Amino acid sequence: MDLISVALGGLTAGMVLFIVSVGLSVTMGLMGFVNLAHGGFAMLGGYVIVLSMKHWGVPFPAALAIGFAAIAALSVVLEKFLYVRLYRASELDQVLFTIGLVFVMIALVTLTVGPETQSVVLPEWLRGQTDLGFIRYRSYSLAIIAVGVALVLALWLGFERTRFGAKIRAAVDNRRMAESMGVDVGRLFTVTFAVGSGLAAMGAGLGAEILGLDPQYPLRYLAYFLIVVAVGGLGRVTGVFFAALLIGVLDFVLKIHFPKGGTMFIYALTLILLLWRPQGLFGKRGT
Amino acid sequence: MTAARQLAERHRFKWWEVLPWAAGIAVFFAFPNYLPFGTQVLITILLALSLDLVLGYAGIVTLGHAAFFGAGAYTVGILAQHTGWNEPFSGLAAAALVAGVIGLASGYVLLRTQGLTLLMLTLCTMALLEESANMAHYYTGGFDGMPGLKFQPLLGLFPFDVLYFRSQYVYALAVLLVCFVLVRMLVYSSFGQSLTGIRENLLRMHAVGAPVRARLVIVYAISAAIAGVAGALFTQANAYVNLATLGLERSAGVLIMLILGGYGRLYGAFVGAIAYMVLEHFLAKAYPTAWQLGIGITLIVVALYARNGILGLSDALLRRLGGGGAQ
Repeated sequence: MDLISVALGGLTAGMVLFIVSVGLSVTMGLMGFVNLAHGGFAMLGGYVIVLSMKHWGVPFPAALAIGFAAIAALSVVLEKFLYVRLYRASELDQVLFTIGLVFVMIALVTLTVGPETQSVVLPEWLRGQTDLGFIRYRSYSLAIIAVGVALVLALWLGFERTRFGAKIRAAVDNRRMAESMGVDVGRLFTVTFAVGSGLAAMGAGLGAEILGLDPQYPLRYLAYFLIVVAVGGLGRVTGVFFAALLIGVLDFVLKIHFPKGGTMFIYALTLILLLWRPQGLFGKRGT
Repeated sequence: MTAARQLAERHRFKWWEVLPWAAGIAVFFAFPNYLPFGTQVLITILLALSLDLVLGYAGIVTLGHAAFFGAGAYTVGILAQHTGWNEPFSGLAAAALVAGVIGLASGYVLLRTQGLTLLMLTLCTMALLEESANMAHYYTGGFDGMPGLKFQPLLGLFPFDVLYFRSQYVYALAVLLVCFVLVRMLVYSSFGQSLTGIRENLLRMHAVGAPVRARLVIVYAISAAIAGVAGALFTQANAYVNLATLGLERSAGVLIMLILGGYGRLYGAFVGAIAYMVLEHFLAKAYPTAWQLGIGITLIVVALYARNGILGLSDALLRRLGGGGAQ
């Protein structure tokens, strides 16, 4: 494999990782809520997307939108009725609650759909290869990269250039100060939680070919999502983006060149990075 | 009873502290068919107890505690397989030593961080150990682990392998009791008090000149050694060791059990491990495909309605009934 196609493969994996994890970083940064069920929302969304394509013949982009909307709505309901009771609880109670939620999600999916891995039936226009001029590469991967780039630009603009984004940044840096300036952090959280879960759902559907999709998804990738969030720095969109690309590309390259023990490098790298910068590559010291 | 007297006397043994051990002995006579399962529960209680020491008392939140369990399990396994050193008690000591040294070294490096960073660092350390065990195929058996290990009779008298589950159960119960007494002494010593201080107010402990980091590293190493003993028991009781002893599933599982029971109160490890494992055992038998549903709902309900686990809930109930509560 030549260098460019390896890089593109890694980029694809990194983009998927970014789309799934970005919401987790922002909600954890905003509320300090340890939401280990984030991967569960992603998994449920992936199922909505894959099954609506398979059974109802919904086109891929529309299925992604449906998955986003369904999971965003579900997360608002869960946030209003359950999560909100645990904001003031210790983080260990939050861990207990969100792990319980993951177990329920896994069991429900196993019961209704079954334990087997789901495959995505890609539409015709994503199956072949696209000629970029300097290389021909899988259209599907290129589409994922394009979506990822569009998304990070949109999120960056949303965070850096809108009033809403400014409020989120303020609340991440100093929640009490932001609240005393009249920012309704609770409402901010509801919105970012919904968007973050929706994006995770989209990411799981988009990346089903790469990460796979089965009921154990939330637990299998939990460590990866948390690594991306920790390395990127809590509540930093650009941080999550670069961390996801770094982890995605390295993971992809190492799995090709060192099929045995390739993941070891990821953990070793995370260890070194976090010892060097405990607050993450892009996090602020002392927040 | 005044608060001061309660505080001064809280290290004394209370009458109800006999109950868990009486129950442990009662199980031996009442449910002979469940002794292999009971042994697994005892081993998990010991692991949860070692986690309580760091999590509940010192406030160190870790997702990598299975690293020490696995280190102890592999120590005993490798000694039995490659050197023929298969005497059970000295195996426990060797496991405690190896796990303790790993705990000391990793604690020295990692315990300068907190929160999510510490969580991820402990997780990564465990994953590195797991990958190393996977790659060192010659010593560890790699992915397949080491099945069919042989151990000497206990004290040279009681035959000891998977078929002799009665002696295994008693052995595990005795080891748990010894470790529990040690942990209990430690928790109520001045060392244990300073750990609680660190958990409650880190800044103040620094300000009064307590050697915060040294204390944390030491308790981390002690806890690691106890987790190593639990791992050694696991290998001896099952006559095999595999990568699952080192995995995230075990770390996260024991963390969940401890929170479920109630952390920072010694007996939470007992209540949590028993409640979780018994529930899992019978649900998995009755509903092989949906047992996680029952566990999940239990965890959610406990998190929502019982602050600080099952024991926290029973405390609140006792207080409402006018009694003093367990603590």
